Amino acid sequence: MSVNNKFSLTFSAQSSNESFARMVIASFVATLDPTMEELEDIKTAVSEAVTNSIIHGYNCDPSKQVVMNGIIENGKVMIEIIDQGAGIEDTELARTPLFTTKPDEERSGMGFTIMENFMDQFEVTSTLGGGTTITMMKRIASKKALYN
Amino acid sequence: MLANIEHFQNGIIVRLKGELDHHNADKVRSLIEQAMMKEQVKHVVMDLQQLVFMDSSGIGVILGRYKQVKARGGRMIICHANRTVNRLLEISGLFKIIESCDDEHHALSSLEVVS
Repeated sequence: MSVNNKFSLTFSAQSSNESFARMVIASFVATLDPTMEELEDIKTAVSEAVTNSIIHGYNCDPSKQVVMNGIIENGKVMIEIIDQGAGIEDTELARTPLFTTKPDEERSGMGFTIMENFMDQFEVTSTLGGGTTITMMKRIASKKALYN
Repeated sequence: MLANIEHFQNGIIVRLKGELDHHNADKVRSLIEQAMMKEQVKHVVMDLQQLVFMDSSGIGVILGRYKQVKARGGRMIICHANRTVNRLLEISGLFKIIESCDDEHHALSSLEVVS
């Protein structure tokens, strides 16, 4: 039997909400019975996306809002992280490992690379001045067997 | 507490605790930088055993301290990185430049510190 579920969450663009977003996604995917590794992968990818929205999208302005949506369907979790902030001029360039627009702040430029590596699907759509949406998906192995 | 820092002869052991994300990055950075201000501090051993979570913000903090250690002719050694942190360090290429060890004891003997 498939456990289908979804949520939508809006929170202020402040750094204390990074751990909050990680806790929410961890609780949400718990019903899929993920392994520790799968859980860590998802939490890390969400942390990267939310941190990007807060730092790059909104320049840490807590009056702005980040939206996180989650859907569980057929043993997969789909996650959207949406901001209406600065947007990305060149998403291909932004996905290059080590590329960062904020080198002086010790940003590693690894966010997108980590999301790509830790999730099964990853997509970024962005409009300069209009905001950025990250869509990512991960299959949970323990349930995958049931659907094969 | 985000880190416990212990001084040895010519370096420090930084035991990171809890979560190292963007929210905590500045605090962790200044804790380590303060400890590094003592002039005999040359080497830094980073023990990640008690670290519960880290993302690319942590990579930034570690890389930043590595550059400072390198600038004063020292070595940085990372120990006890869990699977996820290991992958982060590998993907970001940090393991190409930073040494890793099983534990603090091995790190200190590799630095030839008499304890």
